[in-house]
Amino acid sequence: MFQDIGEMLILFWRTLQSLPQLWRQRLKTFDQLFEIGNASLLMACILSIFIGGVLALQTGPVMVERGLSSLIGGIVGLSVCKELAPVMMAVLIAGRIGSAMAAEIGSMRVYQEIDALKTMNINPIHYLVLPRVVAISLALPLLVVFAIMVGWMGGALVSVYNTDIGISFTSYFNNLRSVVEPSDVVNGLIKSFVFAVTIGVVCCHQGLRTIGGPRGIGRSVTKAVVNSIVMILILDYVVTRILLYFNL
Amino acid sequence: MSQAAQNQRPSVSVQIQGLRKSFGEVEVLHGIDLKIAPREVFVIMGPSGSGKSVLLKHLIGLETPDAGDVLIDGHSIQSPGMLERYRLAMVFQSGALLNSLTVAENVGLYLTEHQLLPQDEIDQIVKQKLEALGLKGQEDRMPEELSGGMKKRVAIARALVIDPQIILYDEPTSELDPLIAVTIGQEIKRLNQENDVTSIVVSHDRDLAFGIADRIALLEDGQVLQVGTPKELAESKNEKVQKFLNASFQF
Repeated sequence: MFQDIGEMLILFWRTLQSLPQLWRQRLKTFDQLFEIGNASLLMACILSIFIGGVLALQTGPVMVERGLSSLIGGIVGLSVCKELAPVMMAVLIAGRIGSAMAAEIGSMRVYQEIDALKTMNINPIHYLVLPRVVAISLALPLLVVFAIMVGWMGGALVSVYNTDIGISFTSYFNNLRSVVEPSDVVNGLIKSFVFAVTIGVVCCHQGLRTIGGPRGIGRSVTKAVVNSIVMILILDYVVTRILLYFNL
Repeated sequence: MSQAAQNQRPSVSVQIQGLRKSFGEVEVLHGIDLKIAPREVFVIMGPSGSGKSVLLKHLIGLETPDAGDVLIDGHSIQSPGMLERYRLAMVFQSGALLNSLTVAENVGLYLTEHQLLPQDEIDQIVKQKLEALGLKGQEDRMPEELSGGMKKRVAIARALVIDPQIILYDEPTSELDPLIAVTIGQEIKRLNQENDVTSIVVSHDRDLAFGIADRIALLEDGQVLQVGTPKELAESKNEKVQKFLNASFQF
């Protein structure tokens, strides 16, 4: 485990060092961005609408019972943008995109494509890791912005049309506007950026250290997704603590 | 003439000194010593598991030896910047073409990634190399659409784009039918003569080795059994050499 963490930190450091190469790798980065957006947008939309919806469904009736129905918008708004959207989108991306990254790089390793790159004096970190880590770091925060808005809408729909809650759109969004600050959205975006870099590095690392044949690739994919999700949940606490320290 | 061709450098010698390599408890190479002259076609033969491919990977720096060294033109392959100083190319057993790129993108990858030439010149060079290997019109195909023989030839074209001083071939005729194997063998010999390049071929194909080699080294259990010309090996008194060379089906 400690060896894995050490190797991932080294990979992260080398990826940072290779940032000046980004302009040269821009086309591959755009390809990856398109891949991530194309593969995740619909899923993100469905997931977010139900996250917002279930949050309203769980809290709404209890709040109405206690005469606090006007606060539902704020609770849903804050929970979605500070916690649920960043974490759930990160988990979605780890499963959908991280697994594909680990599988692709893993199969390139097994079938000697990475060795071929090395013999051509092409650094696999510049060629494979950098575009993926940068693309995921740009795509996940954007996806989270989208997920926050869709999540709020999901919460609004349930709050309005569920007979146990039955508040108006105006009341829901007025409360949401008064409770949620721009800094809360920034909080979610900072978290999502940290999660994105983690997913990129963890999954590329697992891909690069794949050994064996197709079985080895399968093992790497599983490990990449599981490690990413574990890291997301641990970092969620750590980053929240740090952001609270800075009043964000 | 392309800039790459203008930059062509003379072929160089390779010297392997006391090379040892272990994976875990298993020692795969037990102190290999070999000298390969410039422009030579040197074939490393041996049964499966004798350490041929591991040895080849050491020659291009993909593996680090536990002891000993590989000297290219007198300089250790482990020293930094060797792949910038010397042009080494390797044709992998599977071809190792990048599956996400077309044939043309694969062949031009080295020039594109190092931004050595404008794209139209790269396209022209790629076209030339593919034509020279009988792959005209295959530029836009994906690797998975190619046969085994075509993949090998694309991999050779990709190696030639570098204008290499040394080309390493790992089992170039494995998984190929005898007719294509002969074609590949002829290509290796022709490229060696036309391009002023040192060729090191790892194979267990006796016909290929005796057809193209200037000298052959026979490996067994990570040790060199004998080095010599095909004639010297054929006339060898070494029992193990004769056993390997004369092995055939007996029913």
